Amino acid sequence: MASLHRFTIFVATATLLLITAGALVTSTDSGLAVPDWPNTYGHFMFSFPLSKMVGGILYEHGHRLIASAVGILMIGLAVWFSRVDGRRWVRYLAWVALGAVILQGTLGGVTVLYFLPTPISVAHAGLAQLVFCLTVALALFTSPSWHTGTAAPIADRMLGRLTIGTVAMVYVQVLVGAIMRHTGAGLAIPDFPLAFGHLVPPEWSWPIAIHFGHRVGAVLVTLAVIATAGHVLVHHRHRLELRRLAWLLIGLVTVQFTLGALTVLSERQVGINTAHVATGAALLATVVLLTLLVHRHRFTDVPLSNTSVALPETSAVGGS
Amino acid sequence: MDVRKSWLLVSIMALVLTVACGGGSEAPAESEPEAPAATAVDSATAGNITGTVILEGTPPEAETIRMNADPVCTQEAGDNTSTEYYIVGDDGSLSNVFVYVKEGLGNRSFPTPSEPVMLDQNGCRYTPHVFGIQVGQTLTVSNGDPTLHNIHATPANNAEFNTGQPIEGMTYDTEFESVEVMVPFKCDVHGWMNAYVGVLDHPYFGVSGNGGAFALNTLPPGDYTIEAWHEMLGTQTQNVTVGENETVEVSFTFTVN
Repeated sequence: MASLHRFTIFVATATLLLITAGALVTSTDSGLAVPDWPNTYGHFMFSFPLSKMVGGILYEHGHRLIASAVGILMIGLAVWFSRVDGRRWVRYLAWVALGAVILQGTLGGVTVLYFLPTPISVAHAGLAQLVFCLTVALALFTSPSWHTGTAAPIADRMLGRLTIGTVAMVYVQVLVGAIMRHTGAGLAIPDFPLAFGHLVPPEWSWPIAIHFGHRVGAVLVTLAVIATAGHVLVHHRHRLELRRLAWLLIGLVTVQFTLGALTVLSERQVGINTAHVATGAALLATVVLLTLLVHRHRFTDVPLSNTSVALPETSAVGGS
Repeated sequence: MDVRKSWLLVSIMALVLTVACGGGSEAPAESEPEAPAATAVDSATAGNITGTVILEGTPPEAETIRMNADPVCTQEAGDNTSTEYYIVGDDGSLSNVFVYVKEGLGNRSFPTPSEPVMLDQNGCRYTPHVFGIQVGQTLTVSNGDPTLHNIHATPANNAEFNTGQPIEGMTYDTEFESVEVMVPFKCDVHGWMNAYVGVLDHPYFGVSGNGGAFALNTLPPGDYTIEAWHEMLGTQTQNVTVGENETVEVSFTFTVN
Protein backbone atom coordinates (compact mmCIF):
# COMPACT_ATOMS: atom_id res chain seq x y z
CA MET A 1 0.00 0.00 0.00
CA ALA A 2 2.93 2.33 0.67
CA SER A 3 4.06 2.03 -2.95
CA LEU A 4 0.55 2.70 -4.17
CA HIS A 5 0.39 5.74 -1.91
CA ARG A 6 3.64 7.11 -3.33
CA PHE A 7 2.48 6.39 -6.86
CA THR A 8 -0.80 8.18 -6.20
CA ILE A 9 1.08 11.22 -4.93
CA PHE A 10 3.15 11.09 -8.12
CA VAL A 11 0.00 10.97 -10.25
CA ALA A 12 -1.52 13.86 -8.30
CA THR A 13 1.66 15.89 -8.86
CA ALA A 14 1.57 15.07 -12.56
CA THR A 15 -2.05 16.19 -12.67
CA LEU A 16 -1.13 19.53 -11.12
CA LEU A 17 1.64 19.83 -13.71
CA LEU A 18 -0.97 19.12 -16.40
CA ILE A 19 -3.23 21.87 -15.07
CA THR A 20 -0.27 24.24 -15.08
CA ALA A 21 0.53 23.30 -18.67
CA GLY A 22 -3.11 23.88 -19.60
CA ALA A 23 -3.01 27.29 -17.94
CA LEU A 24 0.10 28.04 -19.95
CA VAL A 25 -1.82 27.23 -23.14
CA THR A 26 -4.58 29.70 -22.33
CA SER A 27 -2.19 32.31 -20.94
CA THR A 28 -0.25 32.31 -24.21
CA ASP A 29 -3.41 32.07 -26.32
CA SER A 30 -2.07 28.93 -27.93
CA GLY A 31 -5.20 26.80 -27.71
CA LEU A 32 -5.55 26.57 -31.47
CA ALA A 33 -1.87 26.47 -32.39
CA VAL A 34 -2.41 22.83 -33.32
CA PRO A 35 -5.52 22.86 -35.47
CA ASP A 36 -6.09 19.10 -35.67
CA TRP A 37 -6.85 16.51 -33.01
CA PRO A 38 -5.97 13.81 -32.01
CA ASN A 39 -3.17 14.18 -34.55
CA THR A 40 -0.72 17.07 -34.54
CA TYR A 41 -0.28 18.63 -37.97
CA GLY A 42 -1.07 15.24 -39.45
CA HIS A 43 1.48 13.42 -37.30
CA PHE A 44 0.59 10.76 -34.78
CA MET A 45 0.82 12.62 -31.51
CA PHE A 46 3.92 10.85 -30.22
CA SER A 47 5.80 11.03 -33.51
CA PHE A 48 5.52 14.80 -33.95
CA PRO A 49 9.10 16.08 -34.33
CA LEU A 50 10.43 17.89 -31.28
CA SER A 51 12.16 20.35 -33.61
CA LYS A 52 8.75 21.58 -34.75
CA MET A 53 7.52 22.32 -31.25
CA VAL A 54 7.85 26.06 -31.70
CA GLY A 55 5.77 29.04 -30.68
CA GLY A 56 2.28 28.14 -29.55
CA ILE A 57 2.78 24.51 -30.58
CA LEU A 58 5.25 24.07 -27.73
CA TYR A 59 2.50 24.86 -25.23
CA GLU A 60 -0.43 23.13 -26.91
CA HIS A 61 1.38 19.99 -28.01
CA GLY A 62 3.30 19.90 -24.73
CA HIS A 63 -0.04 20.00 -22.91
CA ARG A 64 -1.29 17.11 -25.02
CA LEU A 65 1.81 15.03 -24.31
CA ILE A 66 1.57 15.61 -20.57
CA ALA A 67 -2.15 14.82 -20.73
CA SER A 68 -1.39 11.55 -22.47
CA ALA A 69 1.17 10.69 -19.83
CA VAL A 70 -1.34 11.46 -17.07
CA GLY A 71 -3.90 9.30 -18.85
CA ILE A 72 -1.47 6.39 -18.93
CA LEU A 73 -0.57 6.94 -15.29
CA MET A 74 -4.25 7.01 -14.41
CA ILE A 75 -4.83 3.68 -16.14
CA GLY A 76 -2.01 2.23 -14.07
CA LEU A 77 -3.49 3.78 -10.97
CA ALA A 78 -6.95 2.31 -11.56
CA VAL A 79 -5.55 -1.14 -12.28
CA TRP A 80 -3.28 -0.99 -9.24
CA PHE A 81 -6.13 0.03 -6.97
CA SER A 82 -8.26 -2.79 -8.35
CA ARG A 83 -5.59 -5.34 -7.51
CA VAL A 84 -4.41 -4.03 -4.17
CA ASP A 85 -7.03 -1.98 -2.34
CA GLY A 86 -9.63 -3.96 -0.47
CA ARG A 87 -12.08 -1.08 -0.21
CA ARG A 88 -14.66 -1.23 -2.96
CA TRP A 89 -15.52 2.48 -2.85
CA VAL A 90 -11.87 3.46 -3.20
CA ARG A 91 -11.50 1.15 -6.19
CA TYR A 92 -14.58 2.75 -7.74
CA LEU A 93 -13.11 6.17 -7.07
CA ALA A 94 -9.93 5.25 -8.92
CA TRP A 95 -11.96 4.14 -11.94
CA VAL A 96 -14.05 7.30 -11.73
CA ALA A 97 -10.81 9.29 -11.85
CA LEU A 98 -9.75 7.36 -14.95
CA GLY A 99 -13.14 7.95 -16.58
CA ALA A 100 -12.88 11.65 -15.74
CA VAL A 101 -9.45 11.85 -17.37
CA ILE A 102 -10.78 10.18 -20.53
CA LEU A 103 -13.71 12.59 -20.60
CA GLN A 104 -11.27 15.41 -19.97
CA GLY A 105 -9.14 14.43 -22.95
CA THR A 106 -12.24 14.23 -25.13
CA LEU A 107 -13.34 17.69 -24.03
CA GLY A 108 -9.88 18.97 -24.86
CA GLY A 109 -10.13 17.55 -28.36
CA VAL A 110 -13.66 18.80 -28.94
CA THR A 111 -12.80 22.30 -27.83
CA VAL A 112 -9.94 22.42 -30.35
CA LEU A 113 -12.03 21.05 -33.21
CA TYR A 114 -14.83 23.55 -32.53
CA PHE A 115 -12.57 26.59 -32.05
CA LEU A 116 -12.69 26.81 -28.25
CA PRO A 117 -16.42 27.20 -27.53
CA THR A 118 -16.72 28.72 -24.08
CA PRO A 119 -18.95 26.04 -22.48
CA ILE A 120 -16.63 23.22 -23.59
CA SER A 121 -13.48 25.07 -22.59
CA VAL A 122 -14.94 25.93 -19.19
CA ALA A 123 -16.05 22.33 -18.70
CA HIS A 124 -12.52 21.25 -19.62
CA ALA A 125 -11.08 23.62 -17.01
CA GLY A 126 -13.62 22.67 -14.34
CA LEU A 127 -13.22 18.93 -14.83
CA ALA A 128 -9.44 19.28 -14.61
CA GLN A 129 -9.81 20.58 -11.08
CA LEU A 130 -12.08 17.69 -10.15
CA VAL A 131 -9.60 15.18 -11.53
CA PHE A 132 -6.84 16.77 -9.48
CA CYS A 133 -9.01 16.66 -6.35
CA LEU A 134 -9.78 12.99 -7.01
CA THR A 135 -6.11 12.10 -7.23
CA VAL A 136 -5.34 14.08 -4.08
CA ALA A 137 -8.21 12.34 -2.28
CA LEU A 138 -6.92 8.95 -3.43
CA ALA A 139 -3.49 9.88 -2.09
CA LEU A 140 -5.09 10.70 1.24
CA PHE A 141 -7.10 7.47 1.30
CA THR A 142 -3.93 5.44 0.75
CA SER A 143 -1.88 7.32 3.31
CA PRO A 144 -0.78 5.25 6.30
CA SER A 145 -2.33 7.71 8.72
CA TRP A 146 -5.73 7.35 7.05
CA HIS A 147 -5.46 3.63 6.60
CA THR A 148 -4.26 2.58 10.00
CA GLY A 149 -4.84 5.50 12.28
CA THR A 150 -7.70 5.93 14.63
CA ALA A 151 -10.02 8.70 13.66
CA ALA A 152 -11.17 10.64 16.61
CA PRO A 153 -14.51 12.09 15.53
CA ILE A 154 -14.48 15.82 15.34
CA ALA A 155 -17.59 16.81 17.21
CA ASP A 156 -17.76 20.16 15.50
CA ARG A 157 -20.71 20.61 13.21
CA MET A 158 -19.71 24.20 12.57
CA LEU A 159 -16.34 23.13 11.15
CA GLY A 160 -18.01 20.42 9.12
CA ARG A 161 -20.27 22.98 7.49
CA LEU A 162 -17.50 25.53 7.10
CA THR A 163 -15.26 23.13 5.22
CA ILE A 164 -17.98 21.96 2.86
CA GLY A 165 -19.10 25.52 2.26
CA THR A 166 -15.53 26.61 1.56
CA VAL A 167 -15.00 23.77 -0.90
CA ALA A 168 -18.14 24.82 -2.76
CA MET A 169 -17.12 28.48 -2.78
CA VAL A 170 -13.60 27.79 -4.00
CA TYR A 171 -14.88 25.55 -6.78
CA VAL A 172 -17.47 28.09 -7.91
CA GLN A 173 -14.72 30.71 -7.87
CA VAL A 174 -12.55 28.43 -10.02
CA LEU A 175 -15.41 28.07 -12.50
CA VAL A 176 -16.04 31.82 -12.61
CA GLY A 177 -12.32 32.29 -13.20
CA ALA A 178 -12.47 29.77 -16.04
CA ILE A 179 -15.40 31.62 -17.62
CA MET A 180 -13.46 34.86 -17.32
CA ARG A 181 -10.39 33.30 -18.87
CA HIS A 182 -12.22 31.67 -21.74
CA THR A 183 -14.28 34.74 -22.59
CA GLY A 184 -11.26 37.00 -22.67
CA ALA A 185 -12.51 39.07 -19.73
CA GLY A 186 -9.28 38.93 -17.76
CA LEU A 187 -8.61 42.62 -18.27
CA ALA A 188 -12.21 43.78 -18.63
CA ILE A 189 -11.54 45.86 -15.52
CA PRO A 190 -8.03 47.17 -16.09
CA ASP A 191 -7.31 48.71 -12.69
CA PHE A 192 -6.90 47.21 -9.23
CA PRO A 193 -8.04 47.34 -6.46
CA LEU A 194 -10.64 49.78 -7.80
CA ALA A 195 -12.78 49.16 -10.86
CA PHE A 196 -12.50 52.07 -13.32
CA GLY A 197 -11.61 54.21 -10.33
CA HIS A 198 -14.70 53.18 -8.36
CA LEU A 199 -15.55 50.52 -5.82
CA VAL A 200 -18.24 49.24 -8.18
CA PRO A 201 -17.88 49.54 -11.95
CA PRO A 202 -19.75 52.61 -13.22
CA GLU A 203 -20.75 50.76 -16.39
CA TRP A 204 -21.56 47.16 -17.05
CA SER A 205 -21.12 44.60 -19.77
CA TRP A 206 -20.89 40.83 -19.70
CA PRO A 207 -17.05 40.80 -19.50
CA ILE A 208 -17.07 43.46 -16.78
CA ALA A 209 -19.74 41.56 -14.84
CA ILE A 210 -17.88 38.25 -14.96
CA HIS A 211 -14.60 39.94 -14.06
CA PHE A 212 -16.14 41.84 -11.17
CA GLY A 213 -17.89 38.66 -10.06
CA HIS A 214 -14.51 36.95 -9.87
CA ARG A 215 -13.15 39.79 -7.74
CA VAL A 216 -16.12 39.65 -5.37
CA GLY A 217 -15.70 35.88 -5.29
CA ALA A 218 -12.05 36.30 -4.37
CA VAL A 219 -12.99 38.38 -1.34
CA LEU A 220 -15.67 35.89 -0.27
CA VAL A 221 -13.35 32.92 -0.75
CA THR A 222 -10.61 34.63 1.21
CA LEU A 223 -13.00 35.32 4.07
CA ALA A 224 -14.32 31.75 3.98
CA VAL A 225 -10.82 30.27 3.98
CA ILE A 226 -9.72 32.52 6.83
CA ALA A 227 -12.86 31.64 8.79
CA THR A 228 -12.30 27.93 8.27
CA ALA A 229 -8.59 28.02 8.98
CA GLY A 230 -9.11 30.31 11.94
CA HIS A 231 -11.72 28.00 13.36
CA VAL A 232 -9.29 25.09 13.11
CA LEU A 233 -6.46 27.06 14.70
CA VAL A 234 -8.63 28.24 17.56
CA HIS A 235 -10.69 25.17 18.32
CA HIS A 236 -8.58 22.26 17.05
CA ARG A 237 -5.01 23.44 17.45
CA HIS A 238 -4.10 20.15 19.11
CA ARG A 239 -4.82 18.33 15.84
CA LEU A 240 -1.55 18.62 13.97
CA GLU A 241 -2.88 17.35 10.65
CA LEU A 242 -5.66 19.95 10.68
CA ARG A 243 -3.43 22.71 11.91
CA ARG A 244 -0.91 22.16 9.13
CA LEU A 245 -3.61 22.32 6.50
CA ALA A 246 -5.07 25.45 8.08
CA TRP A 247 -1.73 27.26 7.83
CA LEU A 248 -1.25 25.97 4.31
CA LEU A 249 -4.67 27.31 3.39
CA ILE A 250 -3.89 30.74 4.78
CA GLY A 251 -0.63 30.79 2.84
CA LEU A 252 -2.22 29.63 -0.40
CA VAL A 253 -5.14 32.04 -0.28
CA THR A 254 -2.72 34.91 0.41
CA VAL A 255 -0.57 33.94 -2.55
CA GLN A 256 -3.62 33.38 -4.72
CA PHE A 257 -5.16 36.77 -3.92
CA THR A 258 -1.82 38.45 -4.64
CA LEU A 259 -1.42 36.60 -7.92
CA GLY A 260 -4.93 37.62 -8.95
CA ALA A 261 -4.10 41.27 -8.33
CA LEU A 262 -0.76 40.95 -10.12
CA THR A 263 -2.44 39.28 -13.09
CA VAL A 264 -4.43 42.47 -13.67
CA LEU A 265 -1.62 44.87 -12.83
CA SER A 266 0.84 43.02 -15.08
CA GLU A 267 -1.72 42.88 -17.88
CA ARG A 268 -1.88 39.10 -17.76
CA GLN A 269 1.83 38.39 -17.69
CA VAL A 270 2.11 34.76 -18.72
CA GLY A 271 4.00 33.44 -15.68
CA ILE A 272 1.76 35.20 -13.17
CA ASN A 273 -1.41 34.29 -15.01
CA THR A 274 -0.38 30.64 -15.14
CA ALA A 275 0.66 30.55 -11.50
CA HIS A 276 -2.76 31.97 -10.57
CA VAL A 277 -4.47 28.91 -12.08
CA ALA A 278 -2.04 26.43 -10.52
CA THR A 279 -2.35 28.03 -7.08
CA GLY A 280 -6.12 27.97 -7.41
CA ALA A 281 -5.96 24.24 -8.01
CA ALA A 282 -3.68 23.77 -5.01
CA LEU A 283 -6.04 25.83 -2.86
CA LEU A 284 -9.06 23.79 -3.91
CA ALA A 285 -7.26 20.50 -3.29
CA THR A 286 -6.12 21.66 0.14
CA VAL A 287 -9.65 22.60 1.16
CA VAL A 288 -10.83 19.22 -0.08
CA LEU A 289 -8.14 17.51 2.02
CA LEU A 290 -9.18 19.44 5.11
CA THR A 291 -12.83 18.63 4.47
CA LEU A 292 -12.11 14.93 4.12
CA LEU A 293 -10.13 14.93 7.34
CA VAL A 294 -12.83 16.78 9.22
CA HIS A 295 -15.42 14.30 7.95
CA ARG A 296 -13.08 11.36 8.30
CA HIS A 297 -15.21 9.57 10.85
CA ARG A 298 -17.95 9.21 8.24
CA PHE A 299 -15.85 6.86 6.14
CA THR A 300 -16.54 3.19 6.81
CA ASP A 301 -12.96 2.05 6.42
CA VAL A 302 -11.65 4.11 9.30
CA PRO A 303 -11.60 2.58 12.76
CA LEU A 304 -13.24 4.95 15.17
CA SER A 305 -12.29 5.78 18.69
CA ASN A 306 -14.95 6.60 21.20
CA THR A 307 -13.56 9.87 22.28
CA SER A 308 -12.62 12.95 20.38
CA VAL A 309 -9.03 12.85 21.52
CA ALA A 310 -6.26 14.31 19.50
CA LEU A 311 -4.49 12.12 17.02
CA PRO A 312 -0.82 11.44 17.58
CA GLU A 313 1.43 14.11 16.18
CA THR A 314 2.72 11.66 13.58
CA SER A 315 -0.64 11.23 11.89
CA ALA A 316 -0.25 14.07 9.45
CA VAL A 317 -1.91 13.98 6.07
CA GLY A 318 -0.12 11.64 3.80
CA GLY A 319 2.33 11.02 6.58
CA SER A 320 4.71 8.13 6.57
CA MET B 1 -62.25 -9.41 -68.58
CA ASP B 2 -62.98 -8.65 -72.22
CA VAL B 3 -61.25 -6.04 -74.30
CA ARG B 4 -64.02 -3.43 -73.98
CA LYS B 5 -64.02 -3.65 -70.19
CA SER B 6 -60.26 -3.35 -70.14
CA TRP B 7 -60.38 -0.20 -72.25
CA LEU B 8 -63.11 1.20 -70.02
CA LEU B 9 -61.03 0.57 -66.89
CA VAL B 10 -57.97 2.17 -68.42
CA SER B 11 -60.00 5.17 -69.55
CA ILE B 12 -61.47 5.67 -66.04
CA MET B 13 -58.00 5.48 -64.46
CA ALA B 14 -56.66 7.97 -66.98
CA LEU B 15 -59.54 10.32 -66.22
CA VAL B 16 -58.98 10.04 -62.46
CA LEU B 17 -55.28 10.69 -62.87
CA THR B 18 -55.97 13.63 -65.13
CA VAL B 19 -58.35 15.20 -62.61
CA ALA B 20 -56.07 14.48 -59.68
CA CYS B 21 -52.82 15.62 -61.17
CA GLY B 22 -53.67 17.90 -64.01
CA GLY B 23 -55.83 20.85 -64.70
CA GLY B 24 -54.39 23.00 -61.97
CA SER B 25 -53.06 26.43 -62.36
CA GLU B 26 -50.02 26.91 -64.43
CA ALA B 27 -47.67 26.36 -61.50
CA PRO B 28 -44.10 27.06 -62.46
CA ALA B 29 -41.82 24.11 -62.32
CA GLU B 30 -39.70 24.10 -59.18
CA SER B 31 -36.17 25.09 -59.84
CA GLU B 32 -33.32 26.61 -57.92
CA PRO B 33 -33.47 30.39 -57.80
CA GLU B 34 -31.11 31.84 -60.27
CA ALA B 35 -28.51 34.28 -59.16
CA PRO B 36 -29.26 37.78 -60.38
CA ALA B 37 -27.49 38.49 -63.56
CA ALA B 38 -24.38 40.58 -63.22
CA THR B 39 -24.99 44.19 -64.11
CA ALA B 40 -22.58 45.53 -66.64
CA VAL B 41 -21.15 48.92 -65.79
CA ASP B 42 -21.12 51.28 -68.72
CA SER B 43 -17.47 52.22 -68.99
CA ALA B 44 -18.41 55.18 -71.16
CA THR B 45 -20.10 56.90 -68.23
CA ALA B 46 -18.26 55.35 -65.28
CA GLY B 47 -16.42 57.55 -62.84
CA ASN B 48 -13.71 57.06 -60.25
CA ILE B 49 -12.98 57.87 -56.66
CA THR B 50 -9.40 58.46 -55.76
CA GLY B 51 -7.84 59.84 -52.67
CA THR B 52 -5.42 59.61 -49.83
CA VAL B 53 -5.51 58.68 -46.20
CA ILE B 54 -3.70 60.93 -43.74
CA LEU B 55 -2.82 60.41 -40.12
CA GLU B 56 -2.71 63.40 -37.79
CA GLY B 57 -0.80 63.12 -34.56
CA THR B 58 2.11 60.97 -33.54
CA PRO B 59 1.40 57.26 -33.49
CA PRO B 60 3.08 54.94 -31.02
CA GLU B 61 6.46 53.83 -32.27
CA ALA B 62 6.53 50.47 -33.93
CA GLU B 63 7.65 47.77 -31.56
CA THR B 64 10.13 45.07 -32.38
CA ILE B 65 8.48 41.69 -32.47
CA ARG B 66 10.39 39.06 -30.55
CA MET B 67 10.31 36.06 -32.85
CA ASN B 68 12.69 33.90 -30.86
CA ALA B 69 9.85 31.51 -30.05
CA ASP B 70 10.64 30.07 -33.48
CA PRO B 71 14.28 30.28 -34.63
CA VAL B 72 13.17 29.85 -38.24
CA CYS B 73 11.14 33.05 -37.97
CA THR B 74 14.10 34.93 -36.55
CA GLN B 75 16.14 33.81 -39.53
CA GLU B 76 13.47 34.31 -42.20
CA ALA B 77 12.25 37.69 -40.99
CA GLY B 78 15.66 39.31 -41.02
CA ASP B 79 15.18 42.98 -40.18
CA ASN B 80 11.47 42.92 -40.89
CA THR B 81 10.43 42.60 -37.29
CA SER B 82 8.46 45.78 -36.63
CA THR B 83 4.78 45.82 -35.80
CA GLU B 84 2.51 46.95 -38.65
CA TYR B 85 -0.17 48.78 -36.69
CA TYR B 86 0.75 52.19 -38.08
CA ILE B 87 2.55 52.43 -41.41
CA VAL B 88 2.98 56.18 -41.79
CA GLY B 89 4.97 58.06 -44.41
CA ASP B 90 7.02 61.18 -43.78
CA ASP B 91 4.13 63.25 -45.14
CA GLY B 92 1.68 61.69 -42.69
CA SER B 93 0.19 59.34 -45.27
CA LEU B 94 -1.31 56.23 -43.73
CA SER B 95 -1.04 52.81 -45.35
CA ASN B 96 -3.06 49.64 -44.78
CA VAL B 97 -6.41 51.42 -44.68
CA PHE B 98 -9.21 49.47 -46.35
CA VAL B 99 -11.43 51.82 -48.35
CA TYR B 100 -14.64 50.57 -49.93
CA VAL B 101 -18.09 51.44 -51.14
CA LYS B 102 -20.35 50.76 -48.22
CA GLU B 103 -23.65 51.90 -49.72
CA GLY B 104 -24.96 53.20 -53.00
CA LEU B 105 -24.68 50.34 -55.45
CA GLY B 106 -28.34 49.42 -55.03
CA ASN B 107 -29.32 46.03 -56.37
CA ARG B 108 -26.48 45.78 -58.80
CA SER B 109 -24.65 42.52 -58.84
CA PHE B 110 -21.15 41.87 -60.01
CA PRO B 111 -19.39 38.82 -61.37
CA THR B 112 -17.10 36.89 -59.07
CA PRO B 113 -13.53 37.14 -60.34
CA SER B 114 -12.08 33.84 -61.42
CA GLU B 115 -8.55 34.69 -60.38
CA PRO B 116 -7.72 33.94 -56.75
CA VAL B 117 -6.55 36.43 -54.15
CA MET B 118 -3.20 35.42 -52.68
CA LEU B 119 -2.26 35.60 -49.01
CA ASP B 120 1.30 34.57 -48.33
CA GLN B 121 3.07 33.73 -45.11
CA ASN B 122 6.61 34.88 -45.55
CA GLY B 123 9.16 35.73 -42.90
CA CYS B 124 6.48 34.78 -40.38
CA ARG B 125 4.34 37.70 -41.53
CA TYR B 126 1.17 37.81 -43.59
CA THR B 127 1.52 39.51 -46.95
CA PRO B 128 -0.56 41.53 -47.58
CA HIS B 129 -1.50 42.65 -44.10
CA VAL B 130 -4.81 44.17 -45.23
CA PHE B 131 -6.63 43.22 -48.40
CA GLY B 132 -10.04 42.75 -49.98
CA ILE B 133 -11.87 39.92 -51.69
CA GLN B 134 -15.27 39.31 -53.21
CA VAL B 135 -17.83 36.86 -51.92
CA GLY B 136 -17.23 33.48 -53.56
CA GLN B 137 -13.79 34.45 -54.86
CA THR B 138 -11.02 31.99 -54.10
CA LEU B 139 -8.52 32.95 -51.43
CA THR B 140 -5.28 31.02 -51.73
CA VAL B 141 -3.17 30.99 -48.59
CA SER B 142 0.37 29.79 -49.09
CA ASN B 143 3.19 29.00 -46.71
CA GLY B 144 6.43 30.49 -47.94
CA ASP B 145 8.28 29.73 -44.72
CA PRO B 146 10.32 26.64 -43.84
CA THR B 147 8.31 26.37 -40.64
CA LEU B 148 4.74 25.50 -39.83
CA HIS B 149 1.85 27.90 -39.58
CA ASN B 150 -1.80 27.60 -38.80
CA ILE B 151 -4.24 29.83 -40.60
CA HIS B 152 -7.02 30.78 -38.25
CA ALA B 153 -9.78 33.03 -39.53
CA THR B 154 -12.14 34.39 -36.89
CA PRO B 155 -15.05 35.95 -38.78
CA ALA B 156 -18.33 37.01 -37.23
CA ASN B 157 -20.64 36.31 -40.20
CA ASN B 158 -18.72 33.68 -42.14
CA ALA B 159 -17.57 30.22 -41.07
CA GLU B 160 -14.56 30.16 -38.80
CA PHE B 161 -11.73 27.92 -39.92
CA ASN B 162 -8.36 26.86 -38.61
CA THR B 163 -6.05 24.78 -40.73
CA GLY B 164 -2.41 23.84 -40.49
CA GLN B 165 0.37 24.22 -43.04
CA PRO B 166 3.31 22.30 -41.64
CA ILE B 167 5.32 22.23 -44.86
CA GLU B 168 6.82 25.06 -46.88
CA GLY B 169 5.05 25.57 -50.18
CA MET B 170 1.68 24.25 -49.05
CA THR B 171 -1.39 26.13 -50.24
CA TYR B 172 -4.92 26.25 -48.94
CA ASP B 173 -7.92 27.47 -50.93
CA THR B 174 -11.03 28.85 -49.33
CA GLU B 175 -13.77 31.38 -49.97
CA PHE B 176 -16.22 33.47 -48.00
CA GLU B 177 -19.98 33.25 -48.35
CA SER B 178 -21.07 36.53 -46.80
CA VAL B 179 -20.13 40.18 -46.84
CA GLU B 180 -17.99 41.04 -43.82
CA VAL B 181 -15.66 43.95 -43.10
CA MET B 182 -13.22 42.84 -41.73
CA VAL B 183 -12.37 39.17 -41.20
CA PRO B 184 -9.32 38.79 -38.95
CA PHE B 185 -6.67 36.16 -39.59
CA LYS B 186 -4.14 35.01 -37.06
CA CYS B 187 -1.52 32.37 -36.57
CA ASP B 188 -1.74 30.79 -33.13
CA VAL B 189 1.75 29.36 -33.50
CA HIS B 190 3.26 32.80 -33.97
CA GLY B 191 1.07 35.12 -31.96
CA TRP B 192 2.31 38.29 -33.67
CA MET B 193 1.03 37.24 -37.12
CA ASN B 194 -2.26 38.82 -38.09
CA ALA B 195 -4.03 40.05 -41.20
CA TYR B 196 -7.44 41.38 -42.18
CA VAL B 197 -9.59 40.81 -45.24
CA GLY B 198 -12.63 42.81 -46.27
CA VAL B 199 -15.23 40.59 -47.94
CA LEU B 200 -17.60 42.41 -50.30
CA ASP B 201 -20.14 41.54 -52.97
CA HIS B 202 -18.71 44.10 -55.39
CA PRO B 203 -15.26 45.04 -56.68
CA TYR B 204 -15.14 48.63 -55.36
CA PHE B 205 -12.54 48.44 -52.66
CA GLY B 206 -8.88 49.21 -52.22
CA VAL B 207 -6.15 49.45 -49.64
CA SER B 208 -4.08 52.58 -49.15
CA GLY B 209 -0.51 51.88 -50.07
CA ASN B 210 2.64 53.96 -49.88
CA GLY B 211 1.64 57.59 -49.89
CA GLY B 212 -1.75 56.68 -48.46
CA ALA B 213 -3.26 56.57 -51.95
CA PHE B 214 -6.28 54.50 -52.92
CA ALA B 215 -8.54 54.30 -55.96
CA LEU B 216 -12.01 52.93 -56.62
CA ASN B 217 -12.31 52.81 -60.39
CA THR B 218 -15.11 52.30 -62.93
CA LEU B 219 -17.94 53.24 -60.62
CA PRO B 220 -21.41 53.81 -62.07
CA PRO B 221 -22.46 57.42 -61.59
CA GLY B 222 -24.38 57.85 -58.35
CA ASP B 223 -24.35 58.71 -54.67
CA TYR B 224 -22.15 56.58 -52.46
CA THR B 225 -21.14 56.12 -48.87
CA ILE B 226 -17.44 55.40 -48.71
CA GLU B 227 -15.93 53.88 -45.61
CA ALA B 228 -12.29 53.74 -44.56
CA TRP B 229 -11.23 51.14 -42.00
CA HIS B 230 -8.00 50.99 -40.02
CA GLU B 231 -7.15 48.18 -37.62
CA MET B 232 -6.30 50.49 -34.73
CA LEU B 233 -8.24 53.64 -35.55
CA GLY B 234 -11.64 52.24 -36.51
CA THR B 235 -13.77 53.56 -39.36
CA GLN B 236 -14.72 56.81 -41.04
CA THR B 237 -17.40 57.35 -43.67
CA GLN B 238 -18.04 60.03 -46.27
CA ASN B 239 -20.86 60.60 -48.73
CA VAL B 240 -19.64 61.09 -52.26
CA THR B 241 -21.46 61.84 -55.51
CA VAL B 242 -19.86 60.56 -58.68
CA GLY B 243 -21.01 62.09 -61.94
CA GLU B 244 -20.61 60.69 -65.43
CA ASN B 245 -16.94 60.30 -66.31
CA GLU B 246 -16.06 62.18 -63.17
CA THR B 247 -13.10 61.44 -60.94
CA VAL B 248 -13.82 62.54 -57.40
CA GLU B 249 -11.04 63.24 -54.94
CA VAL B 250 -11.69 62.08 -51.39
CA SER B 251 -9.36 62.18 -48.45
CA PHE B 252 -9.72 60.60 -45.05
CA THR B 253 -7.94 61.98 -42.01
CA PHE B 254 -7.52 59.80 -38.97
CA THR B 255 -6.31 61.23 -35.70
CA VAL B 256 -4.21 59.52 -33.10
CA ASN B 257 -3.67 60.92 -29.65
